[in-house]
Amino acid sequence: MLHDIFYNPPKKTQYLISIIAVLSVVGIGLALHNLIGYRVVAFLLLVTVSILALFLEIVPVIIAAVLSALLWDLLFIPPRFTFAIGTTEDRFLLLMYFIIALIHAVLTYKIKQVQKEVRLREEKSKAIKFYNTLLNSLSHELRTPITTIIGATDNLMNAEKLSEKDKTELLSEISIASLRLNQQVENLLSMSRLESGILQLKKDWCDVGELVYTTLNRFEPAISNYKVSVFIPENLPLFKLDYGLMEQVLHNLISNGLQHNAEGTDLVINVDCVEEKLLITISDSGKGFPEKEIHKVFDKFYRVQGSRSGGTGLGLSIVRGFIEAHHGTVTLANLPLRGALFTIEIPTEISYINRLKNE
Amino acid sequence: MNSASILIIDDEVQIRKLLTITLESYNYHVQAAVNAKDGLTAVANHPPDLVLLDLGLPDESGHEVLRHLREWYTHPIIILSVQSTEEDIVKALDNGANDYLIKPFRTGELMARIRSALRKAATDENNSTAEFGDLVIDYAARIIKKNGAIIKVTATEYSLLALMAKNEGKVLTHQYLLNQIWGTSYTNESQYLRVFVAQLRKKIETDPNRPVHIITESRVGYRFVAK
Repeated sequence: MLHDIFYNPPKKTQYLISIIAVLSVVGIGLALHNLIGYRVVAFLLLVTVSILALFLEIVPVIIAAVLSALLWDLLFIPPRFTFAIGTTEDRFLLLMYFIIALIHAVLTYKIKQVQKEVRLREEKSKAIKFYNTLLNSLSHELRTPITTIIGATDNLMNAEKLSEKDKTELLSEISIASLRLNQQVENLLSMSRLESGILQLKKDWCDVGELVYTTLNRFEPAISNYKVSVFIPENLPLFKLDYGLMEQVLHNLISNGLQHNAEGTDLVINVDCVEEKLLITISDSGKGFPEKEIHKVFDKFYRVQGSRSGGTGLGLSIVRGFIEAHHGTVTLANLPLRGALFTIEIPTEISYINRLKNE
Repeated sequence: MNSASILIIDDEVQIRKLLTITLESYNYHVQAAVNAKDGLTAVANHPPDLVLLDLGLPDESGHEVLRHLREWYTHPIIILSVQSTEEDIVKALDNGANDYLIKPFRTGELMARIRSALRKAATDENNSTAEFGDLVIDYAARIIKKNGAIIKVTATEYSLLALMAKNEGKVLTHQYLLNQIWGTSYTNESQYLRVFVAQLRKKIETDPNRPVHIITESRVGYRFVAK
């Protein structure tokens, strides 16, 4: 706030500030000039113009310089209350006053220009770094499946040399690669929806139990190799949520759990309504996240060091984006013994209509 | 065996080729059109038994084609689309599309939808009872049986299930179901629909958490499937 007021006040305010500052100092000068003499008043005014030059733009500063020079001449230089100047010395002094004030204005202006350029360059290099990470991640995660598809089809076109078993295997590689490619594209589209700011929630009443099971069922058959338990209270109310976005949130969290944990790991999903908020927790009994990196997992393109391939590092940042779009929070913590715990909290409208006995 | 004819309207040559080869291998007669104009002409000249319509055509929007076709063409139309916004899908379903598939889709899914749409078109008679795998609905007596045993349902539950069953395989939008069962003043009261679907699933599904009859179509509606 302070920063805004000092560095970027609107034009009109800038003019006002410079005029008021000069007039105030002139007032002080008038009150004190018997004690300090008119030349010290010139220094006071010069200091004022210099201070103004620190945080105002060039035109208001020049106005302050001109105004203060004129007022000094009119009100202080003998003969007072005329623009006439009695001595050559004073004429010289006024000219010097004017030049110094102008130099101040111009120098400050130049310094500000340089600062602006430095800031722009920093932003640019940040953006370049961001796009490099994006490109690295993308070129790996998109090119790997594409390479698989191209290579496998090339092989299949020279099919005489291949056994039936090899053919089946190549076909299944193509299938896996294209599904993986599709998932990456899906994530990229979600991310660009988030980044572009066009994401609009379409909230409707959701049966969160149905949402959880629908999402889980999409992971068949891979998920049957994990020990999945779901806890949903019988009388859970309906919540107003964007079904599509929440489906993707759960999909990404479950997919994350499957990707980072060996088969046979426990996966526990809990849904509840606590203090009028929707609470979803997803925990596993795997090895958890490196404690030092936990605060980074929701960042774009973050991937746990040495993690298995198959992710762009977008999944969890999409989770956070979609949850925040619901004004909710998502956190990650390691469990005391083993495994990780994701906690989602969303404040939203709830309806207990399902508790009423119908008809 | 299958001699049904299918018209593909899609501007992407790869999709047309893929669909032609796939459908011909299932013994369908296949025609293909590359844009809206050719598609409309093809339907008029040789009305097919089913149309696969892409929404993103170069000369005219697929929604327009759908609107033109539905002025006189009564056979099933299945929408293929890369635009997965639910507004688009709901609009197409409201304009008379029977079903939709979002690219990329699996061949198995496509064939199941085509079969279901064609079967529906063939058996549209007013049978008094209908069988859907383990479920039997007696429309005359307003009775639902699962594995031979009568299931007790309320009047609203029955109306909802009967409406979905009569549109087997077709996606019914939330708004349509609310309008039909509860009336137009309930169009935005989707919580009723959620509650009644959950109750129905508890009664008719073997595992309500893995429904095989009442399938959720995210953000769009529900689809009743015989299994």
